[in-house]
Amino acid sequence: MTLLSVFLEDTTALLVALPLLGAFSAPLVGKVSAKARNLWVIAIMALAELAAVSLLVDVLGGNPHFYAVGASDPALPSAAGFPFRIVLVADAMSALVAALAMTMALLSVIYSLRYESGNEGLEKYYSLVLLLAGAMMGLCLTGDFFTLFVFLEIASISSAGLIAFFSSAESFEAAFKYMVVSASGALFLLFGVGMLYGQYGMLNMASIGDSMAAQATFVDLAALSLLVSALLLKSGSVPVHMWKPDAYQEAPPQVVVMLVSFALLSLYLIFRICFSVFGAMVFPAIGWTVAILGALSIFVGVVMAVPQRNLRRLIGYAAIAEIGYVMLGVGTSLLAMHDSTGVGMSSMHGGIFHMLNDAIDMGLLLLVVGAVTYATKRQELDQVSGLAHRSGALAALFLIGVLSIAGLPPLNGFASKVIIYESVFRINPMLSVIGILGSIMMLAVFVKIFASVFLGAPYKGCFRKIPRSMLIPMVVLAVIMIFIGLFPGLVLERLVFPAAEALLNQEMYFGGVL
Amino acid sequence: MMSMHYLAVAAILMIGMSALVSRRNLIKIIMSLHVMGSAVNLFLVSLGYREGSIAPIFTNAPSLQMVMPAPQALTLTSIVINIAVVALMLSFAILIYQHYGSLDPRRRRLSG
Repeated sequence: MTLLSVFLEDTTALLVALPLLGAFSAPLVGKVSAKARNLWVIAIMALAELAAVSLLVDVLGGNPHFYAVGASDPALPSAAGFPFRIVLVADAMSALVAALAMTMALLSVIYSLRYESGNEGLEKYYSLVLLLAGAMMGLCLTGDFFTLFVFLEIASISSAGLIAFFSSAESFEAAFKYMVVSASGALFLLFGVGMLYGQYGMLNMASIGDSMAAQATFVDLAALSLLVSALLLKSGSVPVHMWKPDAYQEAPPQVVVMLVSFALLSLYLIFRICFSVFGAMVFPAIGWTVAILGALSIFVGVVMAVPQRNLRRLIGYAAIAEIGYVMLGVGTSLLAMHDSTGVGMSSMHGGIFHMLNDAIDMGLLLLVVGAVTYATKRQELDQVSGLAHRSGALAALFLIGVLSIAGLPPLNGFASKVIIYESVFRINPMLSVIGILGSIMMLAVFVKIFASVFLGAPYKGCFRKIPRSMLIPMVVLAVIMIFIGLFPGLVLERLVFPAAEALLNQEMYFGGVL
Repeated sequence: MMSMHYLAVAAILMIGMSALVSRRNLIKIIMSLHVMGSAVNLFLVSLGYREGSIAPIFTNAPSLQMVMPAPQALTLTSIVINIAVVALMLSFAILIYQHYGSLDPRRRRLSG
């Protein structure tokens, strides 16, 4: 057996284990020198990214992975007759989100090499970043409810630490607010998990889904609504969105990129729980709730983005609106899953596709705004102007991000939003109209920023040169965006359709574990 | 008598939640979160309880009627996580007090 085949066989577990190893060894390596620490962190992240991509390629080849931690066979039942093991599941959907979250984490680590280089205590910063990355991998791949709770808590504790890391009074305030929301959300999640355990006596998602009767009981529905509301809290949808602008304003921009993927992962978990576990029994009221909250998030997000003067805070509100689009897709697909017209299917495609695009678009905008802060040491909208004269590349990158997030044609944001509008329109035209109006207002907001930050008389203040390690992640994201925008059909067919297929195919999901 | 546990869980959870939304002191907010956490832990433990059974230790066990071990393992994990959350939040509260000189969340700067 070659090393490569061992690597491929255990990628699922390595994906969680590698960042954790890096997280706990980073402070030790940091004792040697800062350079060794940076190299070590980058090496670990690159290896994990390699694992994520090879896992995705392998899974898309029609070969889902089921990995039982501490056993050779996931199907091995316990003495009680059902699987009592921790199972990691990588099907087309979870491998896709894992690869996405890992890519964003790798880019954010590369970006922070120079962005944070002036600060002290960076080994602790890298520990937290790697811990967050490992916990996100766990969230993507976990096959049982309790591990889900544990990884969710690891992710929220480490992101709270990161929000407060570069201490200022405001950042502690933002982190405290974030912690209150996410800790109470996690308690509700645990309560829902406890209900499911009381009903079925197990925690494994596949075996719970398998033993559910055709008709959901009251306890099932109560548990499902607790789980969904807890995950919506984590994703920062209206009405519990207030932690988001604070956290996005105070955390360093490359960390916010990871927070965006964490928020999207909670929507992925809603997908996973509703379709893979509960399957046909999902109550339409839950679909309506998610869709209407999505429309409200779009509305509140763009309306509140208009008066903002702090660039990062503004992007925080825009992120609430963007989450709303994914929620519209998720909610509509829950509503119309068994519709013969295929509306549910296409809105699911739209939701998954927009998940990809949202992470990439928000990532690019945040990194550009971070670069503006790095170069000028300012982040108020009216303190900087005319930056296009100093750095044309930055202006071009920002423009690409703006056009994509507003959903204009040759870019990726357009492709996914159109699918969502079309399918939502057939369920309820009102929701679709809110979505389109939100998109237009988003364009107005961002064009205003572009004009005031990049256009105008040349910027007079001091302007630090943007280092290459910060430009590379932005350029990579922009290239991916243009690629997806030019070939949306290819991405849909190769990545999104198999992912939706994997979510709906409950037999495959149960069969691998039982 | 089984429902006694669940009534207690519901009561403690309600106390925690009402305190969480009505109190105006960071320490009391943290306390109410911890109270909610205890309610959830009580819920988990009472799920696995069987009347008249023994602790789930197989060595020299006098009878095989045991309480379920899984919820107890879950509760231990969740207690540890709760402690981490509370410790982190208390340290934030200390730092906020150092910067603002007050624990009242209404005296703040991030808004709008």
